[in-house]
Amino acid sequence: MNKQSECKYSGYSADRAKYPEKKDGKPVIDLDSHKFTKIWQGPQHPGVTGNMSVEIIINGDEIIQAQTHVGYLHRAFEKLMERRKYIQCFPLVCRICVPEPDTNEYCVSAAMEDLAGIVVPEKAEWLRTLNLEMSRIASYLMWIGGQAGSLGMGAIGQWTVGMRDFWLDLFEEMTGGRVYHMYMIPGGVRKDLPDGFIEKARNLVIRTRKLLKDVENTFLSNAVVKSRLQGLGVITPAMVDEYGIVGPNARSCGKEYDIRINNPYVKYGELDVKMITSTVGDAYARAQLRYEDMHQSLDLISEILERIPKDGAIQAKLPNVLNWKIPAGQTYIKAESTRGEHGFYMVSDGSDKPRRVFARGASYTHAIAVLEKLAENISISDLAALMVSLHTCPPEIER
Amino acid sequence: MKLKDVLSPLRVWERAAQKPWTIKDPLNDRPGADNYRGFHKNDFSKCIGCGTCEEICQNDAIDIVPVEGQETVDGDSGLRPRIDYGRCCWCALCVDVCPTSALTMSNDYTWISDNPEDYRFIPGADKTKWQDAETGYERSPDMQLINFDRVEMAEMHPGQRDKSFIEIVKGYNKEQAMKEAERCIECGLCIATCPAHMDIPAYIAAIRDDDIENAFRILYETNPMPEICGRICTHKCETACALHNNGDPLAIRWLKRYIADQIPAGKYQEILGTKHLEDTKLNKKIAIIGAGPAGISAAYYLAIMGYKTKIFEALPESGGMARYGIPEYRLPYDQIDKDVEYLKTLGVEIQYNTRIGQDISLEQLHKDYDAVFAATGLHLGRSTRITGSDHQRVYFATDLLREVTLGNEIDVAKNIVVIGGGNVAMDITRTLARLQNQKFGKVQILATCLEAEQEMPADLEEIVEAREEKAIIEPAWGPVDIEIKNGKISGLHVSKCLSVFNSEGRFSPEFDENQKKFFKADMIVESIGQGMDLSYLSEGIKSKLKFSPRGRIEVNEKFQSDLKWLFVGGDIIEGPDVIHGIANGYLAARGIDGFLTK
Repeated sequence: MNKQSECKYSGYSADRAKYPEKKDGKPVIDLDSHKFTKIWQGPQHPGVTGNMSVEIIINGDEIIQAQTHVGYLHRAFEKLMERRKYIQCFPLVCRICVPEPDTNEYCVSAAMEDLAGIVVPEKAEWLRTLNLEMSRIASYLMWIGGQAGSLGMGAIGQWTVGMRDFWLDLFEEMTGGRVYHMYMIPGGVRKDLPDGFIEKARNLVIRTRKLLKDVENTFLSNAVVKSRLQGLGVITPAMVDEYGIVGPNARSCGKEYDIRINNPYVKYGELDVKMITSTVGDAYARAQLRYEDMHQSLDLISEILERIPKDGAIQAKLPNVLNWKIPAGQTYIKAESTRGEHGFYMVSDGSDKPRRVFARGASYTHAIAVLEKLAENISISDLAALMVSLHTCPPEIER
Repeated sequence: MKLKDVLSPLRVWERAAQKPWTIKDPLNDRPGADNYRGFHKNDFSKCIGCGTCEEICQNDAIDIVPVEGQETVDGDSGLRPRIDYGRCCWCALCVDVCPTSALTMSNDYTWISDNPEDYRFIPGADKTKWQDAETGYERSPDMQLINFDRVEMAEMHPGQRDKSFIEIVKGYNKEQAMKEAERCIECGLCIATCPAHMDIPAYIAAIRDDDIENAFRILYETNPMPEICGRICTHKCETACALHNNGDPLAIRWLKRYIADQIPAGKYQEILGTKHLEDTKLNKKIAIIGAGPAGISAAYYLAIMGYKTKIFEALPESGGMARYGIPEYRLPYDQIDKDVEYLKTLGVEIQYNTRIGQDISLEQLHKDYDAVFAATGLHLGRSTRITGSDHQRVYFATDLLREVTLGNEIDVAKNIVVIGGGNVAMDITRTLARLQNQKFGKVQILATCLEAEQEMPADLEEIVEAREEKAIIEPAWGPVDIEIKNGKISGLHVSKCLSVFNSEGRFSPEFDENQKKFFKADMIVESIGQGMDLSYLSEGIKSKLKFSPRGRIEVNEKFQSDLKWLFVGGDIIEGPDVIHGIANGYLAARGIDGFLTK
């Protein structure tokens, strides 16, 4: 997909090269001059993606400066893990990103397996892949709702979030939980697929494709959406490495980086995952890219459902988890979430608790450095759309 | 701007004609999935109050608390988990880790109460709206968080051992011991069940940490005979082990043996930090009758308290029934000596070949010593008293085992029948099988008992190993009479035993007279229990003591008799087994200390 943006963002004509004045590369903002207004978007605001806020300085309705504030959701998961036995860490980490908890579960389990030298059985690897792709669909469906909602289109969000609930039904059957699945336990997974699951999943794939057609008709092929999103928040290839941009945000400006392809994990190496990129780099290109990625996910789910072995172990034999000590070492495990590279760095010191765990979420960069940069000189009414188009998830910033 | 992009969004109205997705009555129309992690249920018939759920809960949401109507018994603490739904995160690790699979979750997912206290409840005891709801999440049998499979113990092959008295069990190596020790879930049910209340989880944790010296110190806190106990203990702890409910219990006995085997005899005093008696100041003397487990245990604890202690033993070596009642292939004599030699380095004297009542009177001991502890054991056999049982070729198992240990030759017959189904019966069967094999090159021995196979009091491994050594076991037969022809035994007549105990649990065997059998034999060994020899008690002393209806001397909880200076313990009070003896010895030592320092 290399379609050029049809119109450029045409928000403002004021010559910002002259006004406000800049000193040391930064605008000089004197609030007492009454030329500027400082307002807060968030933390209690429908136009933020979660528990964070953006402090913005506006001139008219143009944003001159934006600053992200976090700290509303700090739960110290990394620190909590240092005081918990290894097995007790795995129910914690799903909370690091609520709409897409499984990537966390995978990373933390895989990190422990890597340090302890545990080989996950074939069937469990397939079940993990299925779980991760299902979670990708659920996360994207939520995102469509947010992106449409940020432009005032409530109905589309209702459809997609409604459809997401059907995926959560599948999660419920597979894992026993709708939101926090706690499925990928170190060594494998906790349960085999229940009877009739594969049939239900196939039907849901068909239903979701039908919904996506509706989304295409009403959202992507929509003059209002195009005029609002095209040209908004353009990420240039030069920014990708400078800011550490990953995932669909990076691929939308031509960066070929998808961990499923570049560093295949679980069973992605055996699946035909295509690199979906764009060269435009604006919010609309990102939306289109995510839309295509959803179709790819549905393809992958169909293929995985075909290929999951009927028999086989679902969990490698673990030592008694109450006395489980992992040899000293360190590892970094990464996976492709819908937001991009999601990773866990884990250090073990030979005891029964991790010495240090660091969770790297893509949103840290996207919601702070990138958002602050891209928000400059856009209309205040577009800030919510920009934020959602970066698909930021505040709980990921504060682990 | 394309016209398509203006018209296409109008298709949003297509949806207005579609059936809505909303479920109108979700509480009834939408039950939780079969696998749903809903509210907790606890099956009290399976729960043993081991507290593993409390241990694994990463939110501290579970407390293990006493519950009315639940009693503490061996293998069940009587406590039950109480869950605080203000803290619970429904991760179900408690369900996955539960060793008995008692904890499950229902698929119910709604609960409203205006009383916050309600949300801290005891599943299984407190009435809940979901107690009859379908089970949701339960542990998949394909997934284990604790390990139910025991590390196999290397043993001598039956073909290698059927002629020799070399120890069968080879013992764990370090790697095996650490792997087995890792299985412990540290519930402590074993501590409560062990007569000596050994701190089993602590010494197993020390094995995991590879700190054998510390493990050894923990052993000696409650048990001065780890080499003996590590081999022949009746391991009630393993019966109580939480893992036993879903798999193999932890090999607690073998782990104890592993610890003791790692420490050379010469390092005992250094590791335990004990002193020789002469370095202590107490000026009280105590006599102990019998160098068996109870006597040795009492002597050890009295010695480290600083008492001058002397043991009088009727037989030429120490160990009591552990040496003279248990064959060497189960407990090598040098291992008994290892424990006893250490005792001697503390200054405890042992006078062998001295029978109290014959060589020295008990009254004399009372005069010479401040207190006396009698632990004389069960050395007498018991007879079936059937016709022919007074024949000279009818023996008691205890007598024969003693003779074998003493090194005296036994006139082994070609065809032997053993009456009895306990561990002693298995010991004599397997001992005589070895002697037959040595003498005749083949085994022709049969053991028969009243109990059906699954009720036999002997340990399962003893029965299996006896069969491996070519002994025949014929359970559920009652001896009728011994046939004697021309002054020689020709065999044992038996009739089918239907039940051993009556409905009140009393010994009252019932036989089917129509089902009979004849076991050929020219030698018969009776092994139906042991009796005590209290002949060392003079009439004067006896008259001052109280006896139970079964003839046991009555003692208080410190094993003190009605004669304040006389303490009695071991097999003649509790048991019979080595660990009760050790526990009695420990408590009697504390009792004697209390008596002498008051």
